[in-house]
Amino acid sequence: MVILAEPVGGRFGDFGGRFVPETLVPACEDLEAAFRSAWSDSDFRDELNRLLADYAGRPSPLTECRRLSEELGLRVLLKREDLNHTGSHKINNVLGQALLAVRMGKTRLVAETGAGQHGVATATAAALLGLECVVYMGEVDMARQSLNVFRMQLLGAEVRPAASGSRTLKDAINEAMRDWVATVESSHYCLGSVMGPHPYPWMVRELHRVIGAEAREQCRELLGRDPDVVAACVGGGSNAIGIFSGFADGEAALVGVEPAGGAAIGRGVPGVVHGSKSFLMQDEHGQVLEAESISAGLDYPGIGPEHSHLAAIGRARYESVADDEVVAAFELLSRTEGIIPALEPAHALAWVSRAREELAGQAVLVNLSGRGDKDVAQMMGRLSER
Amino acid sequence: MSVEPGPLEAALRARRSQGGKALVPYLTGGLGDWAAALAAAADAGADAVEVGIPFSDPVMDGPVIQQANDRALAEGITPLGVLDDLGRLDAGVPLAVMTYYNIAFRFGLERFASVLAERGVAAAILPDLPLEEAGPWTEAADAAGVETVLLAAPTASDERLGRICARTRGFVYGVGLLGVTGVRDELASSAVVMADRLKQLTDVPVLVGVGVGTPEQAEQVCRVADGAVVGSAVVCRILEGGGPAAVGELVGRFRRALS
Ligand SMILES: Cc1ncc(COP(=O)(O)O)c(C=O)c1O
Repeated sequence: MVILAEPVGGRFGDFGGRFVPETLVPACEDLEAAFRSAWSDSDFRDELNRLLADYAGRPSPLTECRRLSEELGLRVLLKREDLNHTGSHKINNVLGQALLAVRMGKTRLVAETGAGQHGVATATAAALLGLECVVYMGEVDMARQSLNVFRMQLLGAEVRPAASGSRTLKDAINEAMRDWVATVESSHYCLGSVMGPHPYPWMVRELHRVIGAEAREQCRELLGRDPDVVAACVGGGSNAIGIFSGFADGEAALVGVEPAGGAAIGRGVPGVVHGSKSFLMQDEHGQVLEAESISAGLDYPGIGPEHSHLAAIGRARYESVADDEVVAAFELLSRTEGIIPALEPAHALAWVSRAREELAGQAVLVNLSGRGDKDVAQMMGRLSER
Repeated sequence: MSVEPGPLEAALRARRSQGGKALVPYLTGGLGDWAAALAAAADAGADAVEVGIPFSDPVMDGPVIQQANDRALAEGITPLGVLDDLGRLDAGVPLAVMTYYNIAFRFGLERFASVLAERGVAAAILPDLPLEEAGPWTEAADAAGVETVLLAAPTASDERLGRICARTRGFVYGVGLLGVTGVRDELASSAVVMADRLKQLTDVPVLVGVGVGTPEQAEQVCRVADGAVVGSAVVCRILEGGGPAAVGELVGRFRRALS
């Protein structure tokens, strides 16, 4: 039951909490109450499920990779979140939060984005429901994910550059929180991962639970049992917690894969930033370090608090992979299966590829959290340098 | 109140009982000639001075204080460096540090509290540590005799404001508007409302900050509040190249507006 429960007092063991400016405390309390009431309201659930099916295209398929499996000497299954509308798992969370925002009488969505996938998903939901939308994005990320900037603008959102600090995801979150402090009466902060102050880590997990629930059923149909290993990339950790949640009470090994340059659990110690206590890459004085990863979506020095808890109790393990391994995995899946992955889930594939001897003969479920269209231009540059 | 007031609260109460209004300027530790600027602010009539310990991710701060943080960090300032400098200083007024919770957490809460006390710092303000999360810190701070100033925001119910007023030490820091630190063209109407709501709930000194950027705005809010905290206006002056004399001159203008 470790991963399935509602966090007690907003905490997952030693992690989590609500470390926000006083201005935002009542908003977090209201959001918690609104989500709790919506989540037990069958009309809300029906409406969300209808959107997930008719608009986002759920359920997403489970694909068995025959050629890749042969090449690696194990059995690779992909949960195809890349086939969702807008191209990643992010839409699951965003549709839920956008419906909730409407239910709360909010007229404006504020979001941060790294790779732009969460921003695109938020802009999409805002267009669908007639909400105003502002997305903060680090200047560095706006350059490397320019296609997604244009997509957000096409969808009617305003994209505002975060120009301070590392000018990536961490700084975009700072700007989004500052915006929310000023606009809390009319705006909902549509946070894109299982991080931030309570109730976000819990709420976002619940909204992504659909990934694990579908995958478990699909695996049972295909394998007659759970897979041996469930692997997912981890930025804040939403796609990972979503798929883990379907298997946490079983026997499958759960593996989260971080980028080597943004390995909160691999290289961090507990700290408090962006509203919760969790593992965090920081210096000896408590200054948050800048992450450095090929993938804008994982370029984050922290991690959601529930992952810190899962690591602490040993229910999940966390590995990290280097950029070069990610690029190799990106090419490998493209060539063997005709699926171009986003760079983020290519991290999970890179770990599977590296660990293939340890995993020999096992059934490994990988959450393919997004598709690679957004990364093609960046890869074109990188691969043409060879 | 059953608790014996600490040096910060005593100074602010003394100002109030003389019929005056309290002035607490803020400046960023490690930025330029900040120790001399602090002394100049005290000489120019500050009742206490708030010193920011720079943090990499100051979510409650607008562009001016962000820039000050970044600059001070780029110059290599550390939390202990700021505190050691404060320990060597005799400003003649109580000092409060303002920083984000991770700085204290990484230091170790008990150690942070005792270092503050040893360096002669009266109080601490941690703007991302709301009431519900403050327990472990306030326990350490109380034990070391450090006053923890809590913030109160316009979004809180009166019931919540009451709980904040009961737990704060030194003063209660009324947030003047919905937003982060920074100078605004006009004083938000919420500033006076905030002061009024707090004054009806507590005898602890009520100071308003965030969005109090000119002597006129300070005077306006202090028609109700017991005092004002002035941050970005002072820091802006320093970022523009103003030295201790310029800071003293600015603080002096606020002082005169409040007299
Ligand atoms: C495709 C994809 N996967 C994963 C992530 C990382 O987020 P999380 O760790 O919350 O799943 C992102 C973030 O942008 C993404 O676009």
